[in-house]
Amino acid sequence: MEKVAIVGVAQTPYQRNSPSSHDELAFEVTTKALKDAGLSIEDIDNTVTCTNDFWDGRTISCMTITDATGSSRVPTTNVEGDGTYGVLMGMMRILSGHFRTTLVVSQSKGSIGIPGLITNAIFDPLHERILGLDAINSAALQAREYMSKYGITEAQCARVSVKNHKNAKNNPYAQLPLDITVEDVLRSRMLADPIKLLDTSPISDGACAVILTGESGARKGPKKPVWVKGVGHCSDTYHLGDRDLSDVGVLQAAAKKAYAMAGIQNPAKEIHLAEVYDAFSYMELMWTEGLGLCDRGEGGTLIESGRTEMGGSLPVNPSGGVLSAHPVLVAGLARIAEAVLQLRGEADARQVQGAKVALAHGIEGACGQGHCVFVLES
Amino acid sequence: MGTRTAVVGVGQTHHRSKNPECSGHELIAIAVRRALESAGLTMKDIDAIVVGNMDHFESINYVDMWSVLGFGGYMKPVLKVTTGGTTGSAVGHASFYHVASGLFEVVLAIGWEQNSESDTTAAIVTHCEPLIERDFYGGAIGGLASQYSAYMDLYGATEEDAALVSVRDRGNAALYNPYAHLRKAVTLEEVMISPYIAYPLRLLHMCPRTDGACAVIYAAENRAKKISSRPAWVLGVGSSHGATYLGDAINWPGLPSLEKAAQDAYRMAGIRDPFEQIDVAEMYLPAATAGVSWMESMGFCEKGGGPGLIHSGVTNMNGKLPINPSGGVIATNCIGATGLIRIGEAALQVMGKAEKRQVPEAKLAVATGFGGCFWSDVTVLSSQMDIG
Repeated sequence: MEKVAIVGVAQTPYQRNSPSSHDELAFEVTTKALKDAGLSIEDIDNTVTCTNDFWDGRTISCMTITDATGSSRVPTTNVEGDGTYGVLMGMMRILSGHFRTTLVVSQSKGSIGIPGLITNAIFDPLHERILGLDAINSAALQAREYMSKYGITEAQCARVSVKNHKNAKNNPYAQLPLDITVEDVLRSRMLADPIKLLDTSPISDGACAVILTGESGARKGPKKPVWVKGVGHCSDTYHLGDRDLSDVGVLQAAAKKAYAMAGIQNPAKEIHLAEVYDAFSYMELMWTEGLGLCDRGEGGTLIESGRTEMGGSLPVNPSGGVLSAHPVLVAGLARIAEAVLQLRGEADARQVQGAKVALAHGIEGACGQGHCVFVLES
Repeated sequence: MGTRTAVVGVGQTHHRSKNPECSGHELIAIAVRRALESAGLTMKDIDAIVVGNMDHFESINYVDMWSVLGFGGYMKPVLKVTTGGTTGSAVGHASFYHVASGLFEVVLAIGWEQNSESDTTAAIVTHCEPLIERDFYGGAIGGLASQYSAYMDLYGATEEDAALVSVRDRGNAALYNPYAHLRKAVTLEEVMISPYIAYPLRLLHMCPRTDGACAVIYAAENRAKKISSRPAWVLGVGSSHGATYLGDAINWPGLPSLEKAAQDAYRMAGIRDPFEQIDVAEMYLPAATAGVSWMESMGFCEKGGGPGLIHSGVTNMNGKLPINPSGGVIATNCIGATGLIRIGEAALQVMGKAEKRQVPEAKLAVATGFGGCFWSDVTVLSSQMDIG
């Protein structure tokens, strides 16, 4: 199988109420990613966009950024899902042998919509929406089930927020660099028990772009190529009531596939850093378990050990993670972009020393119903 | 050049304007069950799923996650593709790349729509840029009407030319396709006295809104040969999207995106003379007018040759190049499924499984998709792995 490399990445700074329009955000990262890769738009022979009609408030939302991403020139498609799935689509197009270089772009403006209504529309229209379910209170159900099953405490979850907002201080793209304590998190406003304001990711606007190319073109650019070594995606069933929300079997399945492809046997030892989709603080603990970075139920112990902090043996979310900026759909793509910067040694103040293998992770739907896992290597 | 890929199974619902006894999940389940049965497979054989629809018609966010209940996708890789009217054809293309990449061997493509759940035009108009274009040019009808006006002006084509396409497609649906939504043939006179929707487009030129689903199974060469004695090999795919603004996208009077996508797909498949080589076409014609003006974009005739081609009868069922034996889009339009139905119908033709709508000895078929800002997808399918 041909190898696929990431040769260009770009992000906008993430912020609430960005003055830029959707296409301006997309144009900004398209031009920056091309520059990063040392390519011109003529070198791009296909594009993949990731947009969502609900978040954009517009049907056929990919049309909004056709011009801004140069997609009217070349075959394009739109993956309506997290940016990690878009990279997978771009990778498949290259592996098919029909394309050489794929530009993947995602943009999102959470601040123009009503997230509670948009995420309420995830749920079954007949039986579940009327309950008022949304991203936050459904996550609260999951957090409570996970915490009570494995004895995870609110303070352990709070430590994730403290760590990630602190990491965000080293990331110029992050929206919420914060000096906070566990006490601050525990005392912050309750949104849906046990999730408090500082356990939650913000509403964000922003965009991210990633350029993929086949092995033959990978070494021609100015930057060190980062290789896609493994990828896996998997989906759980739909109704919350049909799922064991504390279970991470679906993430384990996605990770198992990615690790098998990458030849990773002991992820906790072989992976040097992970960028995971921590939309809520408890999620980082659950996902580190599902990814096999610690044993089941040991997520709380892992965060307390300090191993996942900067300077620890396996830093998780050196960028500050999704807790520090949550442009929906873009967020998974940003995990990949951050992992690439780490593996190039270009992550500046948030650089994990000696990072050679990194994991990037995206989720889809409510409470991580779907997961997509990438293993990247320098 | 990647893994050789074929369509090995096709399933669809009996399409209707309203299907009150079926939820969206059930529509999907019917199409998927029929596709699996046609290939002699079960969900255990499916390695990955690609699904698509247009969100605002049913108002369900993250349909990839919701739809898992419809196709039994528990613990399966699922990915959603949505590109407007081309959603179905883009789902087909994405499934092709899943297999051609070597990452998955058997992939289930699903397109569906339950238009009776929504006000279709109200949901469509929001695709137009909100400040400049939405107020006066939103929806699917205006652009198509303007385009045919320009074609009529340039080449002297008439409303009757388009009406003949209505007669052809609606007749095929009525006579040959048990799955079609509008199964009542129409006469030239009936089309010509039907009311204008937007000049020169009349009601009986235009596609309906439909509830329905379609599922198509793609397989890698090693699996395809075991699953089917006569799979439909995907020889070519092409895709071209227009601009963000309709004013930039509509290059009167042809359809440049279709021309580009068709040329790419033909080149990949090794087709040099489409009119001579292709045995049957399933085209996404959102209105009968497009059945006149887009013939040249497919390379079926010279510029301006559309009316002559239609009048000659070569695109009728007994002609040299039958177009839309299924009755096409003006008979059935479950939007997220529509493009995938074209691929499924074209596959059935070259597999020899199209029953009453079978074009005799069809070996090479082409399927198109249309949508968004006048953009196009094209798929070439054949009973043979290579064109001699």
